[in-house]
Amino acid sequence: MNFSLEGRTYVIMGVANKRSIAWGIARSLHEAGARLIFTYASERFEKPVKDLVATLDGQESLFYECDVTSDEAVQATFNQIKQDVGTIHGLAHCIAFAQREDLQGEFKDTSRDGFLLAHNISAFSLVSVARAAQPLMTEGGGIVTLTYLGGERVVQNYNVMGVAKASLDASMKYLANDLGKHAIRVNAISAGPIRTLSAKGIGDFNTVLKQIEEKAPLRRTVTQEEVGDTAYYLLSDLSRGVTGEVIHVDSGYNILGLS
Amino acid sequence: MADTFERIKKIVVDRLDVEESKVTMEASFKDDLEADSLDVVELVMELEDEFDMEISDDDAENIATVGDAVNYINSNQ
Repeated sequence: MNFSLEGRTYVIMGVANKRSIAWGIARSLHEAGARLIFTYASERFEKPVKDLVATLDGQESLFYECDVTSDEAVQATFNQIKQDVGTIHGLAHCIAFAQREDLQGEFKDTSRDGFLLAHNISAFSLVSVARAAQPLMTEGGGIVTLTYLGGERVVQNYNVMGVAKASLDASMKYLANDLGKHAIRVNAISAGPIRTLSAKGIGDFNTVLKQIEEKAPLRRTVTQEEVGDTAYYLLSDLSRGVTGEVIHVDSGYNILGLS
Repeated sequence: MADTFERIKKIVVDRLDVEESKVTMEASFKDDLEADSLDVVELVMELEDEFDMEISDDDAENIATVGDAVNYINSNQ
């Protein structure tokens, strides 16, 4: 079997800085020989993303601004990508957002606006993006999104983001069913906590990392590279029989009951 | 003390893309160095790595100037 991604093009959405999980995915795909396309939420991220990508040897990337809160903007981005490169073979959706005040205290205090905002950016965006990307995936391919245990079980402080991840997980499965007939597979990676910019917004995050180091079967936290390599698996032919799946890359933490 | 300042200055110049001369003890991250809220979180994480320490959310909120960061790190190292 050929494990190389040479000759294939993948869209990476959501690199914010060097700590981003999306960046771990980008590096794994780059090492496998893929051509990468990056999208970022706003001009604020343009330079940081371009600076990072400049460190990837021989990568001739394209960059697009893509505001996932607007279907028109998402459609316009993918129309442009279609014009510029034609076919894409996969996409990594690494996008989530919640108001900081909704990521501490009690879930019952979540505002209506905060609830809708979190679901809009963190869950519906996958639907919007999958819809716009499908016509470009003429040779089939894979879509990967990032979820978290907080969507399956209660995780202190994760609150509205957990509820949005539950919606994301269900959306991923329905999309997998819809897109399967086009040979497009849709899967999610449930990564253990990693010190990213987003994670820092969650109340008391350092305590969460300590708990993983003490209790997870592997007794350590996971790295961006480990998540990146699993994304590589899900976006390559290695996983060609897998769709609608959530793979936990979390040192085994999710199997624990009391410990 | 000087050493801490120099190490922080290097991180600030690198992260925020500002002139070295603007990074003084009195400089405010938000007002003088034009850091947005994400920049501030990134800086805190860089400081945690550089000085191998944890800065709690509450403590991070009280760091407004370069001097605040220097003093915090010197008294918590």
